Amino acid sequence: MNATVRITFAALMCVGLAACAKKQEVKTAPPEAPPEAVTQSTTTAGAYTPADLDTDACLRQRVVYFDFDKSDIKPEFQQIIACHAKYLRDRPMARMTLEGNTDERGTREYNLGLGERRGNAVMSALEADGASASQINVVSYGEERPVCREHNEDCWSKNRRAEIVYTAK
Amino acid sequence: MRNRKSLFALLLLVCTGLLAGHASAQGLTVQIVNGVPSAIPIAVVPFGQTAGPPPSTDIADVVRMDLNRCGKFRSLARNEIVETPTTGAEIKFPTWQQLKQDYIVVGRTSDAGNGALRADFELWDVNKQQRLLGLSITGQGSDLRRVAHQIADQIYQKIIGVRGAFDTRIAYVTAVGVGQNTQYALIIADSDGYNPQTVVRSREPLLSPAWSPDGSKLAYVSFEHGNSAIYVQDITTGSRRLLSNKRGINGAPRFSPDGRRLAVSLSFEGNPEIYVMDPEGGALTRVTNSLAIDTEPDWTPDGASLVFTSDRSGKPQLYQVSAAGGAPQRLTFQGQYNADASISYDGTKIAMVQGNGNVYRIAIMDKSLGDQVKFVSPGSLDESPSFAPNASMLLYASTEGPHGVLYAVSADGRVRQRLVLSDGDVREPAWGPYRQH
Repeated sequence: MNATVRITFAALMCVGLAACAKKQEVKTAPPEAPPEAVTQSTTTAGAYTPADLDTDACLRQRVVYFDFDKSDIKPEFQQIIACHAKYLRDRPMARMTLEGNTDERGTREYNLGLGERRGNAVMSALEADGASASQINVVSYGEERPVCREHNEDCWSKNRRAEIVYTAK
Repeated sequence: MRNRKSLFALLLLVCTGLLAGHASAQGLTVQIVNGVPSAIPIAVVPFGQTAGPPPSTDIADVVRMDLNRCGKFRSLARNEIVETPTTGAEIKFPTWQQLKQDYIVVGRTSDAGNGALRADFELWDVNKQQRLLGLSITGQGSDLRRVAHQIADQIYQKIIGVRGAFDTRIAYVTAVGVGQNTQYALIIADSDGYNPQTVVRSREPLLSPAWSPDGSKLAYVSFEHGNSAIYVQDITTGSRRLLSNKRGINGAPRFSPDGRRLAVSLSFEGNPEIYVMDPEGGALTRVTNSLAIDTEPDWTPDGASLVFTSDRSGKPQLYQVSAAGGAPQRLTFQGQYNADASISYDGTKIAMVQGNGNVYRIAIMDKSLGDQVKFVSPGSLDESPSFAPNASMLLYASTEGPHGVLYAVSADGRVRQRLVLSDGDVREPAWGPYRQH
């Protein structure tokens, strides 16, 4: 009987899982593909405009991913940082929030700290590329805002991220 | 022995069935995961009734569940109770000796007027044929589960020698829905998960509920305005106050044992540090000073020190520091990751999350056993341990498939039970203090 209850429960969970998985496919955030090599031929000469946020191949990339329990920026994300730093330099009125996130492993409050560390790492890199600290706000959501909810490395790697969100263009 | 095993299996079955029946109404189910053969056998006979309409709650049934939950007792299944004495004089001891019961509880209810109900009960030692307790408890007819929890507490204290913690409440956070549509709620419920009441709802994450020592208030973290902020809410009146919404993280609130201070983790000075604040909004004292993440403070019972999580050595470990500041002392050396301490009322045990590789389990470090560390949960994503006020059990959060669920586990790790919300995730449990009457 106990076993039956458990099996029923497991079956119910499977249904739930399938339903979730379907929904998530639609709203899965930017895939964790290494950023494409971007040539800035059109933009290096001139200044960025808000329209470029939607069209420029580099500026459209707004997510920096991290290794487990790490907050250092991996080389493949330097180019994204560079173009967003240039945007902030070109647009002194622009403002962005960096949202730091972690995977689900470990405790929630510690992960708030880790998410903030990731946000701060991106902020420092933007500043190193000439952006002004006054243009950047860091918020940590820790493990509270996963884009993927399964308990495996594939999902975890998508959740360990800092998202660039423009609050003024 | 075989018979006894099947009896126990039957008991489990009855428990599961009964609770599942209530669960659809209450939103919670309880399931005992593994039993303890050495638990004390006790018969709780259905209560008699002198006059008036039958009570809405089967008091003996609630007492039976409580005693089973804590892992120290194994109560006789209802259908094995062949005689129904309601006073000590009516007990035929050979019957209960034959059923191998060590103790028997009998009782009866009567109308106490104005919607109140009086429960008289007696606890007897079956072998000595000696009465150990004879008490009456009066409560509102609408709140008979509480009367039953109080009876269970009296029985627990008489036999085990430690105050019972069944008549207590728990707080936890639920998250229902996916992505942008997630609805969060901070809930309080009886210690067995019944009578859930919503304290606050939010469309943004809620976390880290912490009880005031008098049980009247909850401190918690809310993201409702985009960033983390600490609130304190009166759970009776619902009125609440914003305590901290500084730049950066505002997290991990814990009331001091005297309720006059609140330990928190704030990052407005650059990175998360431990501070002690006056909940009335006054002075802020910085306790730690490092470039690391310092968070998750909990108070030692004397209110003089804090145990907190810090990754100053590379990975998160537990440290202890004077609440007035000073040099922290590292407490944990076993395991790659130790975090989120919950200290027992007597200060002898520290429950924590211990991570090794991808497996996170609840561990208890026992000072009375030379800092021996013992796991009380199987993993793999267990977190948020919270001791009952008598440290007989603890609550923690785990995952089952895609869902967050809560478990209660006896402090020796031998009996676990799951409290499952039928819809969505349940997380961030906090066991409340003894209730003040």
